Amino acid sequence: MSKRGIVLYLHVHQPFRLRNYSVFDTALNHDYFDDTANEQIFKKVADKSYRPMNELLIKLLDKHPEFKLSLSITGSFIEQAERWAPDVLDSFKKIIATGRVEIVAETYYHSLAFFHDRNEFESQVKIHQDKIFDVFGVRTSVFRNTELAYNDQLAKWAEEYGFKGILAEGWDPILQWRSPNMVYRPHGTKNISLLLKNYRLSDDVAFRFGDKNWVDWPLSADKYNVWVNMAADNSSVVNLFMDYETFGEHQWQDTGIFDFYEDFVSKWLDNPINTFYTVSGAIEAFEPVAEISMPDTVTWADTERDLTAWSGNSMQQEALRYIYSMSDDIIRTGDESLIQDWRKLQTSDNFYYMCTKWFADGDVHAYFSPYESPYDAFLYYLNAIRDLRYRLHHDHHTGGLNG
Amino acid sequence: MDMNILMLGWELPPHNSGGLGVACYQMSKALALQGAKIDFVVPYTADHPEIDFMTVHCATEISPLDRYNFGAYDIYKENSKHKNSLNNMRGLQQRYIKFVEKLIKITKPDVIHCHDWLTMEAGIRAKEITGCPLVVHVHATEFDRSGSRSGNQLVHDIEYNGLMMADRIIAVSGITKGIIMDKYQIPDSKIEIVHNAIDIDDLNDGYKYDNKTYKYMEALKKEGYIVVSTITRFTIQKGLFHFIRAAAKANEKYSKLVFLLAGDGEQRDELIKLAADLGIADKVFFTGFVRGKQWRDAYSVSDIFVMSSVSEPFGLTALEAAHHGNALIITRQSGVGEVLKNIFKYDFWQEDVLADQMIGIATSKALRESLTNNVKLEYAKLSWSDVALSLSKVYGVASRKQTI
Repeated sequence: MSKRGIVLYLHVHQPFRLRNYSVFDTALNHDYFDDTANEQIFKKVADKSYRPMNELLIKLLDKHPEFKLSLSITGSFIEQAERWAPDVLDSFKKIIATGRVEIVAETYYHSLAFFHDRNEFESQVKIHQDKIFDVFGVRTSVFRNTELAYNDQLAKWAEEYGFKGILAEGWDPILQWRSPNMVYRPHGTKNISLLLKNYRLSDDVAFRFGDKNWVDWPLSADKYNVWVNMAADNSSVVNLFMDYETFGEHQWQDTGIFDFYEDFVSKWLDNPINTFYTVSGAIEAFEPVAEISMPDTVTWADTERDLTAWSGNSMQQEALRYIYSMSDDIIRTGDESLIQDWRKLQTSDNFYYMCTKWFADGDVHAYFSPYESPYDAFLYYLNAIRDLRYRLHHDHHTGGLNG
Repeated sequence: MDMNILMLGWELPPHNSGGLGVACYQMSKALALQGAKIDFVVPYTADHPEIDFMTVHCATEISPLDRYNFGAYDIYKENSKHKNSLNNMRGLQQRYIKFVEKLIKITKPDVIHCHDWLTMEAGIRAKEITGCPLVVHVHATEFDRSGSRSGNQLVHDIEYNGLMMADRIIAVSGITKGIIMDKYQIPDSKIEIVHNAIDIDDLNDGYKYDNKTYKYMEALKKEGYIVVSTITRFTIQKGLFHFIRAAAKANEKYSKLVFLLAGDGEQRDELIKLAADLGIADKVFFTGFVRGKQWRDAYSVSDIFVMSSVSEPFGLTALEAAHHGNALIITRQSGVGEVLKNIFKYDFWQEDVLADQMIGIATSKALRESLTNNVKLEYAKLSWSDVALSLSKVYGVASRKQTI
């Protein structure tokens, strides 16, 4: 019988943020993206998170033969690393070369294209697979969608595409009496397994670790190890899914996050019945115990676990409508730079910045936005859309200009 | 005219946030040309490099930008603890009054001419000390600024006192005169209407339209689109929600319209959201606050200019828009409509009427051309030198009234 194990999965991403692209730039300058700010942010996060965390991961991989993890690395992250921090990319290559770190498939541009344009979505998955092979020399076989946005349709698509596994949020209203700590089968599929995030244990680290108002602050490796062992009791897997930038960026080094994690990995492995799995490893080790159905889309975001942070308000809906209504015209041009700009504009972060639900999780949105307000984010985005229309019209004589 | 005029104002170009500064500048210049000696007081310290026809006095050391933080149009929030502090409107006004008290000992004015509630108290104080006649010029009342809301009671009180203490009152339009009579119970006989004007020479300063400033809109125009614009502060007074809703209605019937909203203000975010709610976000262009070339070019790129104000004492921007070849659509609640005939008018709440008028002008080249050509003949007749002549008559009446 297989050991029970942690499936640690970290998501690595940086978007191409738009600059304050005004009406006065539209049709005149086609440089929508803020290279200066993007470079600055990338370098800052590289110092605070990517470099120290990769160092820690290499150390843990050296020290513990059983330590394994999975990473999803977006195309836009890789492009930025190539430009602004090649050493960071090299350290990821080093980690992946150990053979104990799996890369998870996703859309190259960190987009929500699945919900708006199936062809475009599939293209982006393919482009990502090719890029991962080019850069890291590995093939992906398990899929995660942007923001962990999942439904039964997506699982069916992933199965048909040839993936053997898929990741989703382990959300109580869906699970009801069932545990997230087992391997499941998506409703209506035969050959694909579903891993569900244990959001409590994941968020203890990702969101609450440095929160001094949290009753369990400060969280020690011992205490956390007890919790994870309890969750693992009579279970197969504990799926700890979170943003990679949790380490050093969302939780700063001075919270003790790095030492905590190093300590925790040792403590977990001290128990001989415990191990770590990559996402594929977990799927191979355990047969699905039951079917799970999610007819409506579930994400890993906010208290609602839905897509409202990206498409909940009318501005976001308009922006999504505009960008995806151009698909055919844009693709048909074959103009690489135009297509790439259009795809970078699909990055979900752009829509996140337009989010206006400033309630319980509003602070998270505020923290991540480079703009003064969601309204500014929307105006700059709208001007970029107009400029794409202009380029279609002016350079390719296709597509009408509208407003 | 051989008179010493003490002008109590709040802003002058290039440090103005709206039409008040422009009007004060133009009327002072015209009065100076007719021989008046003017001492003009502003509340901030800054250079006014283009002003050599009068003496500008800076009442405090505050910078014009700081003053914008609680701008000439903002409703003042009282904080009595900081009576003479420059951090709030009330403190700034107190310092302004103190400055004027000293200044009048040197300048010895023949008449005191103050502009709006901001400087009315200083005007009253100057009148108390010197015994000179006080002319109160009303560019806007608190009723205009607050739209359909009731406004700030303190501001109402200052306005009421100023109007009571004035020897003569100048209203910038019949609409404003009506408000002064209805809301403040001031008798008809005390109020003179002097409409603002436009200085065409000032606008013919070698300006050339740069069709790259709004290049995307120019591209749209080549495709047959018509640009409908408004250049204003985004406040409740301006009736912009009605404008956006009318834009959506017009867009349903005729899609080759786009809308340029140049300016900024507290309602911006709500306006952006409303456009998205109505599904016309990409039809509405928000520029932010525009100055200089971007400001002039906004008029030039535009075909139709809308003044959607709920209450607009005058509305100089309509004349500027006309000068740049726009057809005008103006609410009946805007004073500028009293001096123009070749325009469309509607009541600010009539969104269907506005939509209809926009489509009508957009779809008929003949209509557009006759409106733009004919309105040019009208505004060209409005001159600041005529305004100055009217003002000197008012000064005369004010002085005579005092001697009786």
